[in-house]
Amino acid sequence: MSEGAGIEKNTPGGGAQAAALAAVTEEEPAGKRRDIGLKRRYRAEKRFRFYGIAAIIFGLFFLVSLLWSIFAHGFGAFWQTTITLPVVLEAQVIDPDNRLAAEPQSVSDPHFLAMIDYPLLLRRALAQKLGVAADNRAAMREIGQLISPSARGQMRRFLGANPRTIGTVQTIRFLASANVDAAFKGQINFSLPQDKRRISDRQRQWITLLGKEGLLHKSFNTGLFTLAASANAESSGLAVALIGSFYIMLIVLVLALPIGVVTAIYLEEYAGKNSFTDMIEVNINNLAAVPSIVFGILGLSVFINFFGLPRSASLVGGLVLSLMTLPTIIIAARVALQAVPSSIRAAALGLGASRTQTVFHHVLPLAAPGILTGTIIGLARALGETAPLLLIGMVAFIANYPVSPLDPATALPVQIYMWAGEAERSFVERSSAAIIVLLAFLTLMNVTAVFLRRRFEKRQ
Amino acid sequence: MTAKYAAVKPKRVKMRGENVTVFYGNKQALHGVTLDIAANKVTALIGPSGCGKSTFLRCLNRMNDTIEGARVEGIITLDGEDIYAPDIDVVELRARVGMVFQRPNPFPKSIYDNVAYGPRIHGLTKNKAELDEIVEKSLKSAGLFDEVKDRLHDAGTGLSGGQQQRLCIARAIAVSPEVILMDEPCSALDPIATARIEELIDDLRKNYTIAIVTHSMQQAARVSQYTAMFHLGSLVEMGETKIIFTSPKEQRTQDYITGRFG
Repeated sequence: MSEGAGIEKNTPGGGAQAAALAAVTEEEPAGKRRDIGLKRRYRAEKRFRFYGIAAIIFGLFFLVSLLWSIFAHGFGAFWQTTITLPVVLEAQVIDPDNRLAAEPQSVSDPHFLAMIDYPLLLRRALAQKLGVAADNRAAMREIGQLISPSARGQMRRFLGANPRTIGTVQTIRFLASANVDAAFKGQINFSLPQDKRRISDRQRQWITLLGKEGLLHKSFNTGLFTLAASANAESSGLAVALIGSFYIMLIVLVLALPIGVVTAIYLEEYAGKNSFTDMIEVNINNLAAVPSIVFGILGLSVFINFFGLPRSASLVGGLVLSLMTLPTIIIAARVALQAVPSSIRAAALGLGASRTQTVFHHVLPLAAPGILTGTIIGLARALGETAPLLLIGMVAFIANYPVSPLDPATALPVQIYMWAGEAERSFVERSSAAIIVLLAFLTLMNVTAVFLRRRFEKRQ
Repeated sequence: MTAKYAAVKPKRVKMRGENVTVFYGNKQALHGVTLDIAANKVTALIGPSGCGKSTFLRCLNRMNDTIEGARVEGIITLDGEDIYAPDIDVVELRARVGMVFQRPNPFPKSIYDNVAYGPRIHGLTKNKAELDEIVEKSLKSAGLFDEVKDRLHDAGTGLSGGQQQRLCIARAIAVSPEVILMDEPCSALDPIATARIEELIDDLRKNYTIAIVTHSMQQAARVSQYTAMFHLGSLVEMGETKIIFTSPKEQRTQDYITGRFG
């Protein structure tokens, strides 16, 4: 109809022609058209598109706000304030009783190393730089508060590895205390009276001075990834949580994937269709929807109380999360298997392949992309689960790196939970940083899943 | 309703179905069909849609076993042996009785691997040279070798419809079956591809027994030596093709052939 109108407009004689043609063929003259509600329909369509875009913007707004808030809070934790100083390793402080002269081998004695007053060495080094007299007790105490308690362990390890440096001057880079870090990052409200804040005016001056000379600066906080739990925020890190999560993921992969896939293959290709298998299917679907904390209770009563596995071990965490991920993988695998066209099975069976050969040579390779995607998504979900791990005790302060899955450990989401509960500002900052790390892993896993699925689909 | 074809029996019988009855759940698909498949001949099964011809064909290599809820009664023999006997291995049966399906269904593998799959799983060859030979011979028998000899390792799914169906035939031949069952093999193909496959079927007859289901009577007339007419799950008439198409004994056969129904 509209084309007819167009022709009329374009050819000057067209109008007369059309009318003549209409008269001959007994059509209705152009212009008298039915009302099929076009305006109403297009209006409704426009409205719907508007709602759709509005919904997307609404959702995106919240997503962006959430991400922005997390990044704004957590970004600072990736940089930690350190102090770099030449430190005199005075033999008098290190070995006041002159034990080394008589027994040189005691320099490797851990007891000997532990008794050394390292903070004194560092305080003196700072005092010298800041022009503070060594006998000014109040000032020296304030200087001591600038140093992170973790420097002690650092010095001990340094001396244990380099005993010949006793008596020399070494340049040491150590962490500043959490309060200094907060002040340097501008997180301390200096308009409050001195006794109400954690950094005094004098300390503030020192910080500014050291900062100007470049001795105090922020460097990338590798400790966030390499250090274990600590009472001091500046020297606490995600190492234990990362190792724990890694073990958990490994155990889930090794247990849930094979068991899940084999179960799905059996249910889909071998088992008959009767009320028993129907019941199994219903139960698997229900299990996939069970709240995760229930699995935690199960893990506590079965794995820890009945089987006597060690508490807080990543093995138990892995077992619990395997049980939780199993239904998800079974369902994803069944869907992938069902999606394989039955013509492939018919072709293989028609050639004389046994059922097992048909499944493993033909059906499984075609179902593999779907199974892989479902597994990665299941793993991503297990990575972020917190409640069951709380119940089995993976929520402890662990200062030693777990070596095996039987050692006590924690997991990334649980570490976030623990840090977020601390009062100190620096811990909360770290909590957001840990969230960023967790989100990075989840994004990586989901992007990998999407990428792999596209690549397999293209190949077919 | 039994047919009155008893006088017509092929001289050499490769497969025989006696009183074959098939149920899909509660629905009866075949009613006591008794039919001989002649050795080294092409037997065509014709009839309107839903008459049970494909169901009967699928009984011959026990493909109905894979259908949930299917029940097969009666005796079906291959060279005189009951194929449903407990000591018969269905895998071995299907290596002797091959099948080509309605829609070409090559595996998503290379052309070579498609044809080589059967010989591989049945352990028919000792080394790669023998396997290469079987693949080449099967592709030549299927009339496909010249077209694909330079791209044996390309995906089988990249061929045209007619070529894919010939690939499926080559794949079935590679196992050296005794019987080849074809379930409307040309229904998804264009006339030229169809003609090539009909030629192929005529060639294959020398070495194999062929049973072909077809809804095209012209095809049945061109290609087969014996024709069996099915209707509503029963065998109406069976006899030599030229007799069935010129002077059938049953009225229903006459009606179907002249296009009165179906």
